[in-house]
Amino acid sequence: MSLIYPRDSLKAHPLNASPAYGSTQKRAPSKPLILLPHTLSETTGPVFGHVGVAAGDSDLTRQHDGEPLGERIIVSGRVLDEDGRPVPHTLVEIWQANAGGRYVHVRDQHPAPLDPNFTGAGRALTDAEGRYRFVTIKPGAYPWRNHHNAWRPAHIHFSLFGPSFLSRVITQMYFPGDPLFKYDPIFQSVTDENARERLVSRFDLGTTEPEWALGYQFDIVLRGRNATPLEEPHDH
Amino acid sequence: MITETQAPQVTGPDFGITPSQTIGPFFAYALTPRAYGGPELATEQVAGDGVEGERIRIEGHVYDGDGVAVSDAMIEIWQADAQGRFNTSGNAGFSGFGRAEATAEGAFYFETIRPGALPGPGGGLQAPHLSVSVFARGLLVQLATRIYFEGDPGNADDPVLALVPAERRDTLIAKRDGAGIFRFVIRLQGEGETVFFAA
Ligand SMILES: [Fe+3]
Repeated sequence: MSLIYPRDSLKAHPLNASPAYGSTQKRAPSKPLILLPHTLSETTGPVFGHVGVAAGDSDLTRQHDGEPLGERIIVSGRVLDEDGRPVPHTLVEIWQANAGGRYVHVRDQHPAPLDPNFTGAGRALTDAEGRYRFVTIKPGAYPWRNHHNAWRPAHIHFSLFGPSFLSRVITQMYFPGDPLFKYDPIFQSVTDENARERLVSRFDLGTTEPEWALGYQFDIVLRGRNATPLEEPHDH
Repeated sequence: MITETQAPQVTGPDFGITPSQTIGPFFAYALTPRAYGGPELATEQVAGDGVEGERIRIEGHVYDGDGVAVSDAMIEIWQADAQGRFNTSGNAGFSGFGRAEATAEGAFYFETIRPGALPGPGGGLQAPHLSVSVFARGLLVQLATRIYFEGDPGNADDPVLALVPAERRDTLIAKRDGAGIFRFVIRLQGEGETVFFAA
C-alpha cells in the first residue's frame, strides 16, 4: 500500500514565525521554506513496530515503588491517517509534568515539588486497530517566562512516527475546557480553530473506570492518504 | 476493557491532521534519556560495527539567529545504506535512524556509514544525503533539512540541490574535517541560514 501526502494538510500546522511565543523570535527561519519533492527519503521512515516497549511503559503510575500523587487518568485513542484508517503498530512516546506542574527535567526550575513516584515518560505501540492507551496522572498547569503571568494549560507531549519521515509529528494534548487556552501562545499558534480543537482531548465516560480513573479520548491524525482513490465514499 | 467510541469522523472541517506543537525544553528524560538512565529508543549510533560501507562521523552544531548555541534541540536523521536502500528489516545493525540531544554548546554527532546514491524523482539519481529533522523549544513545527557530502560527484546533478538557489546550497553540504569526519552547522535564522524544506 502506498501513501501520498497532500501538502494542503500542512495548513493545519502553526507557523514557526509566531512571535507571541517569544522563543520563536530567534529560532524561526527568516527565509521561505523550499518545496521538497516526496522522494524515497521522505516516504520511508523508521519502523518501531516491535521495539522493546514493555507493558509497564504505558502505565506511568507503576514505574516506582509507590503511587504518584494526583488525579489518576486514562488517556486513550486511535492513531489514524488522513483517510481515517488506523495506523497499527506504531510507536507513541509521551512526556509530561507531574500533578504539581513540575517536570523531572534537570532544568525545570518551577518551585513545585517533584514526586518521587512519578517520572512522567511513557511509550506504547498502537494495536492492530490503531489504538493506544496510557494510565497516568493529570499534569498540572505550570508557569513559564514567555510574558508576565504566563501559564501553560495542562498538557501531555506526544511524539509519533507513523509510516514515514513525512508523517512524523510532535504535538501536545490538552484537556477540555481549560481556562488558560486563550492566554497560551503555543496553543493559539494553531490559527485554524478546527485544527486547534483537535489538540483537545475529550472526556469519555466509556473510557472512565469506576472507582478508579477518569478517561480521556485523544485521536491523532497523521499525514498520509491512500494513493489509490477510493471508489466508494466512506460509509461509516 | 471495552470502550465504546464513535466511528471516526472522516469528513467535514473537524477532521484533518493533528497540528504540530513545540517539543519544548523538557523532552530529554523521555526522548533522549541517557542522563536519566531511561531506555533509549535510538541514539547517535546509526550503523553498528560490521555494517557494510564507509564509516563516517557527522559532527554538528545548532545556532539561533544571534549565533547563540541552541542547547535544547533534538536532531533526528534518516538515511539509506551504502547501497542506497532504506531499512525496513534485515540489514542487521543498520537502522538508518539516529536521534541526538544537542549539548549545552549546541553540539551533536552521529556515527554512521556514508549512504549510497538512491533513486530520485523521474528516474534520476539523488546524491548521497541524510534527511534531518530539527526539534527545539521555539520551533512549533520541526525543521526539515538535508546533509549532503562535500566533494560528492553526484551533488552537481542532485534534483533537490537543484531546487536551492546556488548561493544557499553550501548550507546543505557537510564539510570534510579530518579522516571520516564531516562537519555540518545548522543556522536556524539570519546570516548563513540553513536551507529548510517544506515537505
Ligand atoms: Fe510542557
